[in-house]
Amino acid sequence: MTESPVAPAGPMTPVVFPQNRTCPYDPAPGYDPVRATGRPLNRVEIFDGTEVWMVTGLAEARALLADQRLSSARERPDFPVFAKRLVGVERRRVELLGVDDPEHNAQRRKLIPGFTLKRTAGLRPAIQATVDRLLDDMVAQGSNSADLVSAFALPVPSIVICALLGVPYEDHDFFEEASRRLLRGPGREDVEAARDALDAYLNALVDRKQASEPGLPAGLLDDMIGVFDDREELVNLALILLLAGHETTANMIALGTYTLLEHPDQLARFRDADPAGVSRAVEELLRFLSIADGMSRLATEDIEIAGETIRAGEAVIFSTSLINRDPDVYASPDALDLTRTDRHLAFGFGIHQCLGQNLARAEMEIALPALFRRLPNLRLGVPADEIPCKPGDTIQGLAELPVAW
Amino acid sequence: MTMRIAIDTDVCIGAGQCVLSAPDTFTQDDEGFSELLPGARPGGSGVTLAVQSCPVGAISLREEG
Repeated sequence: MTESPVAPAGPMTPVVFPQNRTCPYDPAPGYDPVRATGRPLNRVEIFDGTEVWMVTGLAEARALLADQRLSSARERPDFPVFAKRLVGVERRRVELLGVDDPEHNAQRRKLIPGFTLKRTAGLRPAIQATVDRLLDDMVAQGSNSADLVSAFALPVPSIVICALLGVPYEDHDFFEEASRRLLRGPGREDVEAARDALDAYLNALVDRKQASEPGLPAGLLDDMIGVFDDREELVNLALILLLAGHETTANMIALGTYTLLEHPDQLARFRDADPAGVSRAVEELLRFLSIADGMSRLATEDIEIAGETIRAGEAVIFSTSLINRDPDVYASPDALDLTRTDRHLAFGFGIHQCLGQNLARAEMEIALPALFRRLPNLRLGVPADEIPCKPGDTIQGLAELPVAW
Repeated sequence: MTMRIAIDTDVCIGAGQCVLSAPDTFTQDDEGFSELLPGARPGGSGVTLAVQSCPVGAISLREEG
């Protein structure tokens, strides 16, 4: 007689992480077997066959993301990478995001004065002016149609982060394209070349600022030059702020628009919302869309949680799209409900929670209502199912969003 | 038993979640660190949410010593 088998901590056939979404706002259907186990932690595989833990429970995610026994240091050889093209570049040091305390804390403390609620509130008039000007341009070009990503969703955060950092916006074609290649390749050499090009650009920009070149915009980068003595660290941080500042919010604005257009009852509510209602709606879009759908850590010690043991040396990934739809926390988790007041983990948790989250909130709270106010007949320019999702191994969103009005 | 709100500014990362949760109780100083507003009370609106929302557990309710 054999002992009854112990159920493995995961679906019977290993699920591979990450997977592509088929609907731009819903979690990848490939994760359904993981959701079906009802467990907050499951074993899944990454592209090279390595087994990792996938966390899908909100309480467990909060506990683990605040646990300093999980490291963010990407130079560690076992640190999980989501795609083959990222193997080289992910092994390079990434300041702030890829650094543990106490080094991380020292870096973050030098940066937070630039991202306080007060500083962010001070940027609101400039953000509003940028949004209004871009909408004017869209209307003025006369065709009553546009790609919302290139005409609005990307330029808003790109202009804002350039102004905040003191990076010349006229260079945006270069750094937007390089950022796109750094995140999405397609090849490993594209990723490496993009990283090198961005490093070289920002290095040269620091040189120009140090030489007091006339006509350069001033901003946070100028303050950082005075605070970070190590050039490599400074340039690396500037790259992270520039990239995180435009890629994420751009995806939220475009995908948020698509999602509202696909939920007319919620859009009607959004149009009538007061500022507090807009703020609640933005939080719900952050929860529902979970565009940064995959944070990773490496255990440096054994950790007991939810009846499982994460062993030292094992990798842990956090699927925000599933965490933010944890059925133990959210009523009807798969429904978009702009009146919800639940908290979410779209900006992460623990010491690495998004530095720019309040700037991102301000941009969304200004851009989305202004868009629907200025273009009340806004609609998708092609059938919804003809708009492809970005692949699962990068920040989620839409590469293009054809709209008409 | 009197409770008071304690902020550990060595741990605070300036995320501003406390201010968003309980704007009548918390503010951020110019360095970005959480700070109590005059008249802050442990029973104030949103204070429990602020404690839960802090990503690094920097805010706690303690017995007055």
